[in-house]
Amino acid sequence: MKAATSDSRPTAGQPGTPAQPMRFDLTVIASWIKPGSKVLDLGCGEGDLLYHLKQSKGVDGTGIEMVEAKVLRGIEKGLTVLQGNITEEVQDYADNTFDYVILSQTLQQVYAPAQLLNTLLQIGRQVVVSFPNFSHWKNRWQICAQGRAPVSKQLPFEWYNTPNIRVISIADFQRFIKKMGWRIRRETAINTDHHDQHGNVVRLLPNLRATYGIFLLEKR
Amino acid sequence: MSEYAARDSDGVSVGIVEKKFHTFAAKSEDLLVLESGARLGPVTVAYETYGELAPERDNAVLVLHALSGDSHVAGYYGKGDAKPGWWENMVGPGKGLDTDRYFVICTSILGSCGGTTGPCSPNPATGKPYGLDFPVVTVGDMVAVQHRLLQILGITRLLGVIGGSLGGMQALEWSLRYPDQVAGVIALATTMRHSALAIAFNEIARQAIMADPNWRHGHYYEGPKPDTGLAVARMIGHVTYLSDEALRRKFGRRLQEKKDFSFQFDIDFQVESYLRHQGHKFVERFDANSFLYVTKAADYFDLERRGGVSSAVEAFAAAQASFLVVSFTSDWLYPTYQSRELVRALKKNGLDVSFCEIKADCGHDAFLIPNQRLSRLIANFLERVQRENRQPGQTP
Repeated sequence: MKAATSDSRPTAGQPGTPAQPMRFDLTVIASWIKPGSKVLDLGCGEGDLLYHLKQSKGVDGTGIEMVEAKVLRGIEKGLTVLQGNITEEVQDYADNTFDYVILSQTLQQVYAPAQLLNTLLQIGRQVVVSFPNFSHWKNRWQICAQGRAPVSKQLPFEWYNTPNIRVISIADFQRFIKKMGWRIRRETAINTDHHDQHGNVVRLLPNLRATYGIFLLEKR
Repeated sequence: MSEYAARDSDGVSVGIVEKKFHTFAAKSEDLLVLESGARLGPVTVAYETYGELAPERDNAVLVLHALSGDSHVAGYYGKGDAKPGWWENMVGPGKGLDTDRYFVICTSILGSCGGTTGPCSPNPATGKPYGLDFPVVTVGDMVAVQHRLLQILGITRLLGVIGGSLGGMQALEWSLRYPDQVAGVIALATTMRHSALAIAFNEIARQAIMADPNWRHGHYYEGPKPDTGLAVARMIGHVTYLSDEALRRKFGRRLQEKKDFSFQFDIDFQVESYLRHQGHKFVERFDANSFLYVTKAADYFDLERRGGVSSAVEAFAAAQASFLVVSFTSDWLYPTYQSRELVRALKKNGLDVSFCEIKADCGHDAFLIPNQRLSRLIANFLERVQRENRQPGQTP
């Protein structure tokens, strides 16, 4: 986004398709969403996923995003976006307001994940969760061989500045869902390239080889 | 608000515009019934329009002005005009409210002094200005008058209503009073109800007017006017529209044309000089009684009690429009938490609502100051509402 002062006049009607292809995990998530459904995207950024879902599947979407500049970009694309904190904003919706609630690559930053997911499973019929897989072999290697907290493309922070307060592996997440008594309707593990825009589905040893886990949850 | 009216930095303008008038409720059986139960008539509405109404009559946007504004949103009345309308930066060709696309309408509000009937209009019973015999009006009454005008103009459905501050209250009122006649609502720097703080400042301002010996219980039109009281009222109001940051940046503790204190009670600080100047300018264009009526209407506005409801959530059950709510970080008159309460009520009703808190250090008045982010936001929101409300088969 250009600085506000150097901008030309507002140009309506140029929603600005994403210049780069969408993140691969979002492409996988998009493939799970049924056309015409009602979607809430938490931490929607500039609204790439919602814009794609609206254009290609006629989805009725709402996004929640914390950062003002990203909220503005989302609304400018013709999306419905609310600026706010995820944990607070999800409290205002009635049960089953949405067909899908999407929490992509945010769970690792949530203070009370069980509480949040419980709310999401109330306001949405199904919940899509994606997160970076902490137990990827490269991370394991850094811990085991170098004795260092892992820093990778998916987890690009040092211990002192990471916003990722939850360390989640695919195996841990599966256990957690079972313990909470929820149901995994669908799951996919993916391995992405350096820019996260291309990737492939990992079927063999996902907890070791996948960079991201993506789950479709519902209440029993 | 006219203190922000300035020529467009790129020289783009709607050009020469004309203030028009329409009078209704002239017959005794046709009087306008106000929320208080009082009957009023005849009622004259002053209004201006910009752009062209589409043959489908589906591109009309109603701009709602705030406390001290009027129908003159943009453009100039004549070539000699020094200043354009109060929202010149937002309304015009290619701007946030693009007059090449939309038919923009603005009326002066009921009870004010911009040409629409108010306390300075002649009372048909006496032939003299109403003064305090003018009935107390509400935001709902202002909106009812706007609705009557739109009926005359043949507009049965608005693409959008947009306003900041008291204008935002009118926009919200529109969405509840005529829910099937508004597609999009843009509410800027506004609130569902005044806080005690906001009422307190309005009351101090009203007291300043009423304490002026020239006020004479509102019957001053044939003699000297309560200029001192009105100027002080404006000074109070103006401070609440700014912010600590804005005042610090603009004035700090700088002295006005002197090196040291005067040790007297004339102007020492620049901020004092600025406020006195704002006050004096205001009395030239505003009526003291109108100030009383319009601030009272703002204080009475309360969506949480509107029409006998017990909560804002209940109030918005009637609404159907899409909403864009914008607050500004340094607005301490209607702080962001009040916009968030509005957003929450809209969400709980399953309404389509977008919300953004824009970083701005200039306080409540931020919505009046040129801001490309705000202009783009408004332009794109309206464009979406228009796209989604277009009947199938219409040309895009």
